[in-house]
Amino acid sequence: MSVVLEVEHLTKEFQRDDVATVALRDFNLTIEQGTFVTILGRSGCGKSTMLNLLSGLSKPTSGRVLHRGEAHTGPTPDIGYLTQTDTLMPWRSVRRNVEMPMEIAGVEKSEREAKALDLVATVGLSDFADNYPRELSGGMRRRASLARMLANGAETILMDEPFGALDAQLRSELQVELLRLWSRTGHTIVFVTHDIEEALLLGDRVVVLGPLGTILLDQEVDIERPRDPDETKVRPRFVELHSTLAAALKKGAR
Amino acid sequence: MSTGSVSPSQTNDGLSTSGPVKEARRRSWWYRHGRTTLVWSLRAGALALFLLLWQLAGNLVANPMFVSNPIAVGEQLIDWVQDGTLGTHTWITIQEVVLGYVIGALTGALAGFVLASIRIVYDVFEPFMMALYSIPKVALAPLFIVWFGIGLDMKVILAAVSVFFLVFLNTAAGVRDVDRGLIDAVRLMGGSNKDVAFKVVLPASMSGLLTGLKVSIPYALIGAVIGELVASNRGLGYLINDAAAQFNTAGVFAAVVVLTALAMVLNALVSVLSSRANRWKPLGAE
Repeated sequence: MSVVLEVEHLTKEFQRDDVATVALRDFNLTIEQGTFVTILGRSGCGKSTMLNLLSGLSKPTSGRVLHRGEAHTGPTPDIGYLTQTDTLMPWRSVRRNVEMPMEIAGVEKSEREAKALDLVATVGLSDFADNYPRELSGGMRRRASLARMLANGAETILMDEPFGALDAQLRSELQVELLRLWSRTGHTIVFVTHDIEEALLLGDRVVVLGPLGTILLDQEVDIERPRDPDETKVRPRFVELHSTLAAALKKGAR
Repeated sequence: MSTGSVSPSQTNDGLSTSGPVKEARRRSWWYRHGRTTLVWSLRAGALALFLLLWQLAGNLVANPMFVSNPIAVGEQLIDWVQDGTLGTHTWITIQEVVLGYVIGALTGALAGFVLASIRIVYDVFEPFMMALYSIPKVALAPLFIVWFGIGLDMKVILAAVSVFFLVFLNTAAGVRDVDRGLIDAVRLMGGSNKDVAFKVVLPASMSGLLTGLKVSIPYALIGAVIGELVASNRGLGYLINDAAAQFNTAGVFAAVVVLTALAMVLNALVSVLSSRANRWKPLGAE
């Protein structure tokens, strides 16, 4: 399998006055094509910083990020990034927000309109296609953001706790939807979460991060797919891995 | 928008919608217009009361000439309309105000957008702009007379200068307030600087621009009228000066009433513009 993203000796510091806040120190990670990697870690362990670096939005203090073997110079439409905060354009309706990446890519109007409506339906927002983001609930905005990111047509997708603010029901529906989408398209997905169950349910591989981006555990998830959320959670292997990951997180906290 | 759908869960494939549901709901005439009608009746009532008190005050004070009264003002207005005085002078002032406003607003918006988009330029020029903004524009009137004479140009420029800074500062503030996250989002889509400028910064700075347009209306009027007061033989400012010189207070008030009407028309035009541009603001938040 070919390598899509490669992180080498990455360090990221934020300088303010005479104090540097170190978010990541000497961090290494390799993401292979077509895999679903979940990054598990507690708040403040540098997960979001890491995604910002992988997406090309921010530059490393030292070390480098390679995207398909080439050093990352800036954001590219080949990498989709669903950030933790909402970045829908408040002056555009849901449909027009979803059209935006295609607008920038220069897709023809009729084509992008059709595709946007399709994506809006996929995330269950058909009735709200013409509403503005501020008229929607937080969960609905999240789904609209997801639709917009999919409109990008990126092969590599970075997701930063995308379902954190959703109710349990909707969260598991979207998880299933995401898995179905992934199995259909063969995208590479890097999914950050602080939820052990979510990490296990979705990932081929779970990387457990400790403070400063130290890798506490890099665990292959050998549970066969398709994984039904309710049924998978009671399998012995799932329970076993769950306690392994929980132990790793606890070790990192010390 | 009026989709009367009852079962949204059927319209999408398998994903249950937990959001609110849209239903058609006819509203009665009173529900839709009741409040507006009430507000307007009360406004008319307040105005009538004010005019009545004014009329009565004219009879109470020692020298009625100082306060005049609404009837005298009305008669003066009718006189002026009939002999064409009002038409000529108002038209002159309208030209000055509208030209000054449009020129000031266009240059201010453009300068605000361009300067604030380029960080280094903004950092360099910001103190100069603030210094120029702080100058009372009235103080420039004599200078403008020297430069541009006492014709229409001088008033237009005085009005434009007053409007320019307000629109400039508000637009610049709007541009600089743009959410970083939105810019990053466009970058992630592979957007160029041009995409960022036109798809994010421009729409995001609209509310700043509109605030600037709104607060600068009175300043366009002030600029034009001050210009006329300082040096002119035409326009509403001149009319005020002329009437005051003849102790014709009714005339002064009549000219002021016309100025007020002019300001309100401009306000209404800008309000229409802003309600169109702000359609995306949340429901129920005016």
